Amino acid sequence: MNKINIIILRELTTRVKKKSFIVMTILMPFLMVLLVMAPVLLGQITGDNQERIAVIDQTGKYAECLKSNKEYVFVRYDKMEASLKSDTTDITAILTITADLAENPKAATLSSSKEMQLSAVSYIENALGEQVRREKMASYNIPNLDAILDEMDQGFTLNTVRWDADGNESESSGALSLGVGFLFTFLIYTFVLSYGGMVMSGVMEEKTNRIMEIMVSSVSPFQMMMGKIIGVALVGFVQIAIWAVMFAALSSGAMYLLGSSASEAVQMAASPDVQSPLAAASADTSGFGGADFANVAALFGSIPIAELCIMFVLMFIGGYLLYASFFAAVGASVNTTEDSSQFTLPVMIVIVFGMYAAIGSQGNTDGPLAFWSSLFPLTSPIVMMVRIPFGVPLWQEVLSLVLLYGTAIGMVWMAGRIYRVGILMYGKKPTFKDLLKWLTYR
Amino acid sequence: MDILLRTDKVCKRFDQHTALDEVSIEVGRGRIFGLLGPNGAGKTTLIRIINHITAPDSGSVVFNGHPLCWEDMQNIGYMPEERGLYKKMKVGEQAVYLAQLKGLSARDARQRLQMWFERLDIMPWWNRKLEELSKGMQQKVQFVITVLHEPELLIFDEPFSGFDPVNAEVLKREILRLRDAGHTIIYSTHNMPSVEDVCDDIALINHSRLVLSGSVDEVKRRYADGRYEIRAVTDEEQARQVAASIPDAIIQPVLPSMNEVFLRAVQ
Repeated sequence: MNKINIIILRELTTRVKKKSFIVMTILMPFLMVLLVMAPVLLGQITGDNQERIAVIDQTGKYAECLKSNKEYVFVRYDKMEASLKSDTTDITAILTITADLAENPKAATLSSSKEMQLSAVSYIENALGEQVRREKMASYNIPNLDAILDEMDQGFTLNTVRWDADGNESESSGALSLGVGFLFTFLIYTFVLSYGGMVMSGVMEEKTNRIMEIMVSSVSPFQMMMGKIIGVALVGFVQIAIWAVMFAALSSGAMYLLGSSASEAVQMAASPDVQSPLAAASADTSGFGGADFANVAALFGSIPIAELCIMFVLMFIGGYLLYASFFAAVGASVNTTEDSSQFTLPVMIVIVFGMYAAIGSQGNTDGPLAFWSSLFPLTSPIVMMVRIPFGVPLWQEVLSLVLLYGTAIGMVWMAGRIYRVGILMYGKKPTFKDLLKWLTYR
Repeated sequence: MDILLRTDKVCKRFDQHTALDEVSIEVGRGRIFGLLGPNGAGKTTLIRIINHITAPDSGSVVFNGHPLCWEDMQNIGYMPEERGLYKKMKVGEQAVYLAQLKGLSARDARQRLQMWFERLDIMPWWNRKLEELSKGMQQKVQFVITVLHEPELLIFDEPFSGFDPVNAEVLKREILRLRDAGHTIIYSTHNMPSVEDVCDDIALINHSRLVLSGSVDEVKRRYADGRYEIRAVTDEEQARQVAASIPDAIIQPVLPSMNEVFLRAVQ
């Protein structure tokens, strides 16, 4: 068996068999669910705590438009009462309106003993503002005003159409493209960070266990590094596969329990029927969002799915390879975890820069920032994925991949060299000449 | 003498000091070659050059008649002074893994390991993690891993450190047996009593330079100062009679060394 395969197999099996791996893999989905659920649950707790606001409306025109909801209860009073200011009252704030707000915009005051929440202030402002606007419009005496206003409220969406090479038109959606691109970018980013760190600690394990002298006299450092990097990637795939299965089981279980309309909506989006015009029409009449789903399904057709998937796989592998080899090189050149942080910092900065370049590129996916950062190997895996849904010329994709893989393989090789030389680093600072010698010694 | 390995004027410099200065040695096939010298003399650096871990600044290493290359590593077994194995891995599992990296198939490796583990009494530890073993046990595992792929050249850097006299004796026996089976052994140490027991030839490095080399017997003769000692197994009375004819002779009973005392007491 090839030595790289032997190394890959060991990296995979020893890691997957570890107790910490098994425990973390099983606990993670529950932790994630907990993380998502906690804010929702907490939000419900505060929702019970209604605030009572007294409204003293001397004009009698505005109290109507302040509707009580889950958070605020508006209580009408005719005039100021002493009890409202006492300590025993359950009223948290008093809203006084002294004059017609359309004529005197400063006639409303919200007073309370403690600082008012911004959400309460803006809720009242919106309600009163809307009423004032309507009043002002009404003062022009336009017939059928309400109908006109309703009609005006109907929104519209700008259709964007893209021409392909043959001049055929297809509907496209910038927002959707962006979303899909960012999803892939985020996947690459997360995977690189979490499993790259694993490669680094794996290389350091060999240094702290002092096994590297045996390793370098058995296999070439390149095989060693490549085996480790691929092995850890497989660990990642195994973990993700387990999570996917668990997530599917958990979410279907949750939907069964909730039986909510949300699950129906998701099923509707997932069902292929929605793409047919008939189903779209029926979904439309059913009301909630049916038309939107049909639109989304149609828009997905405008994204080059095959191209996106192929590029994602290639960019994903290349990006992981490059960054994992960086982490491996760091692991090879330091002796303790404490030392490693100073070397990982530059790597992190580059990754974060890539992330910002991706965000910066979203405004103009053909601009110079997007162009150069999707060719530069350290940022290309992150930035290119944002660009692809908008269409990228083939030569750029190929060039970007060649640069990425070239750099990645070179970096793995260099990490191997550093690993071998790291054994002999008794506080000797390597000169440039030494470095060249290390790199050329067979 | 049939030469398996030769270094020719090997030099290696580190930042501030010279680790090796024109060191030339010749290791005869099927012999045990003692690489001697005080701490920091350059022994380990020379061994690392032979192991292809680091490159000499100048000079060359010839193995089996050709310049040493990467492929020769399959034919060398190396037990470094800084012992190291995966602490969290099971003993048998990692022995098979390391043997596979040296080119053995998993089946061959398992077969040979079984033979060696039984011979060295470490079979019960096959399924234990390395960190659960005593230091001596770990050393035995390391030794087995070094010799398992039956390379022509074996290099042991301070193999007896960390062993009690009983196990040191076991290891010595195994090393001699490996030589008799045709392996060539480089044995690096600064523990001289073991050199006399084990080595055929030696080279002594001091301050990065080769200061002495040759067969153990020849080197010892070179340093002889003309004195003789009489050894005979006899009783006290006869010893006194013989001693009477030699001026200033001292008669002492033959006492065992502490090493012998230890070996006899624990076995």
